[in-house]
Amino acid sequence: MYNDFAPIPIFIILSVVFIAFALFLQHLIAPAKRSALKDSPYECGEEVEGSAWVQFNIRFYVIALIFIVFEVEVVLLFPWAVVFKELGLIAFVEMVVFLGILTVGLVAVWRRGDLDWVKMVVPYGQGRYAKLAQPQDDVDH
Amino acid sequence: MVVPLHHIIAISGLLFTIGVVGVLFRRSAIIVFMSVEIMLNAVNLAFVAFSRYHGSVDGQVFVFFIMTLAAAEVAVGLAIIIALYRNLRTADLSEIHELKH
Amino acid sequence: MNAADILSTLPELVLTVTALGLLLLEVMGKPPRARFVWVALGGVGLALGLEFAVPSEGQFYAGMISVDLFTRFFNVLFLTTAAGSLLISVPYLRRTLEERGEYYALTLFATVGMMFMAKAHDLTITFLGLELLSVSLYILVAFYRNRVRSNEAGLKYLLLGAFSTGFFLFGIALIYGSTGTTHYDGIRLAIGSGEQLSMALTVTGFGLLIIGFAFKVALVPFHMYAPDVYEGAPTPITAFVSTGPKVAGFAAFLKVIATAFAFTTQHWWGILWILAAITMTVGNITALRQDNLKRMLAFSGVAHAGYLAIAIMVGSADSAFALLFYLAAYAITTLGAFGIVSLIEGEDESGLDMDSYRGLARRSPYLAGVFALIMLSLAGFPPTAGFLGKFFIFSAAIDEGYTWLVIIAVVNSLISVYYYLRPVVAMYMQEPADESAVAVPAFIVPVLLLVVLVALGLGLFPMSLVKNSIAAAGSLF
Repeated sequence: MYNDFAPIPIFIILSVVFIAFALFLQHLIAPAKRSALKDSPYECGEEVEGSAWVQFNIRFYVIALIFIVFEVEVVLLFPWAVVFKELGLIAFVEMVVFLGILTVGLVAVWRRGDLDWVKMVVPYGQGRYAKLAQPQDDVDH
Repeated sequence: MVVPLHHIIAISGLLFTIGVVGVLFRRSAIIVFMSVEIMLNAVNLAFVAFSRYHGSVDGQVFVFFIMTLAAAEVAVGLAIIIALYRNLRTADLSEIHELKH
Repeated sequence: MNAADILSTLPELVLTVTALGLLLLEVMGKPPRARFVWVALGGVGLALGLEFAVPSEGQFYAGMISVDLFTRFFNVLFLTTAAGSLLISVPYLRRTLEERGEYYALTLFATVGMMFMAKAHDLTITFLGLELLSVSLYILVAFYRNRVRSNEAGLKYLLLGAFSTGFFLFGIALIYGSTGTTHYDGIRLAIGSGEQLSMALTVTGFGLLIIGFAFKVALVPFHMYAPDVYEGAPTPITAFVSTGPKVAGFAAFLKVIATAFAFTTQHWWGILWILAAITMTVGNITALRQDNLKRMLAFSGVAHAGYLAIAIMVGSADSAFALLFYLAAYAITTLGAFGIVSLIEGEDESGLDMDSYRGLARRSPYLAGVFALIMLSLAGFPPTAGFLGKFFIFSAAIDEGYTWLVIIAVVNSLISVYYYLRPVVAMYMQEPADESAVAVPAFIVPVLLLVVLVALGLGLFPMSLVKNSIAAAGSLF
């Protein structure tokens, strides 16, 4: 069984050798003139500004946590897809139900504006969410 | 060479302990979270190892559920940490003490 | 999967669909939010009806779920608790302008989780139910996004809950490793026939499982989160958090011990003995010093978990029945207690201290009467249901020879009388700060009636619940 894995070490060795060779060649041929500008990190052509140890904008976390949910969905879809043919219709229906539940979540996130980069923060019952809080017919205070 | 079962379980136990120590001694909420994830992944490792040992797939199915749970917990946890950060401007657990002990 | 499988989980499916529908209603913004609670209550009512209209019995979903009188007993209890907590929530949510569809949806999801914990016949389902319950509760505890205390409580609950889940899962992994299965019957057969990999592995796994359950039901020393979470959470959520996970945790714990391990867990009896004893003692002693009603009830909840742990440890048919009876009485009275606390609570979480209850008997005599009844039931005075619950547990323990533990428990009950009577004394023997009556919203009235029915009605005429709990406990043995 270990023969099956033989290509992997060969691949690793080849890739290391190839990259080492390219770097070595580059070292031989390329002229080395160092300057402060050249040593600075590349930031899409912009001038380097500030430290790299800044805090991320907190909005990235919102994106991240929505991402996580759909990433795990793929983890569950994958084994299902592999044995899809053997399982037949019932597995298909089950997966549609599962995806349907996740879609409800996606719709909720979308409608609430959490997919927008700049989310409108409005107080309860005002702004674009005003119609969510219609006059309450049986409020008791 | 096949790795013996008890080696994998030892690694799993070690990872689990690292996670526990991380939860108990780190102060940043995010890092505590990461430690919990290490604990869960240690469990995953144990499940996969036992699953292979017994030749049944139950353990591997369980791993999928644990991964799902981990994602759900992280999503909720991050959301709570963000809410807390917006209110308090910190995610340091030792600075969060509105509720007395 | 076939039709019988679907029928066996019909109540859970109804609740899930209702919850998803509520999420969609919330974002579509079509009906006014004030109607959401009726949708949620309708779902709970339908589930409760289906529980009786479509009775099933046996194992379903390839043996992963078992349905019998035990699960029906708990489903009725869970659905009643959920309905009660929904009713308590409405006035609070409206007062604080936080009534949203997600709140009701999450309550229903948590209820589904509890129902699956009782129905589980495989550790996979136990785990999924437990986490469905826990994750929903994490969000509910932190539901008031702009309140720092709610956020903090949510974060603490989540971090410690996830931590305990790690232990719970590692326990399952070791049991699976030793027995090669996660199915309750399979585990019992493997242990019984000696086909397990190693006894040590099973015993260690079970120990870790105990830690996981102990966290969820807040046994000392795994209770540290409870007071903070109970205090920081919005009061109606506290009502739900202090009843739901505790009842569901004990239900699943009892079922695992009785079905999967068939009480072959003598290795841990010493540990459980000590856990029960220190849980009662620490819970009651700490409750003495609390001036905040929510914290006091939190520690009282810890103490009650101690009494319940006795029933788990004794492990006879009598003690299982006593556990069920006690859980029913505890859940309903605690729900009512927090419901009343949420009424007395003022703006910005004020009015939670003992002083706010001064002279309540003059301001609102009925409300004060119900609250006093709840306190007496929790303290275990006859003729309340709380007294009978304690009596059943203690006598079952004495029958099995745990005399010393019962002595400790009785001493603890006596200590607890002091702090349960403090609000009663304040209500009846002190002058009120103002004479205005406390407004009792219509939503709370059914909950208060239910509390009176359970605490006093079952105290005087307990046979209906006794019969049901004996039958329910009997299906475990």
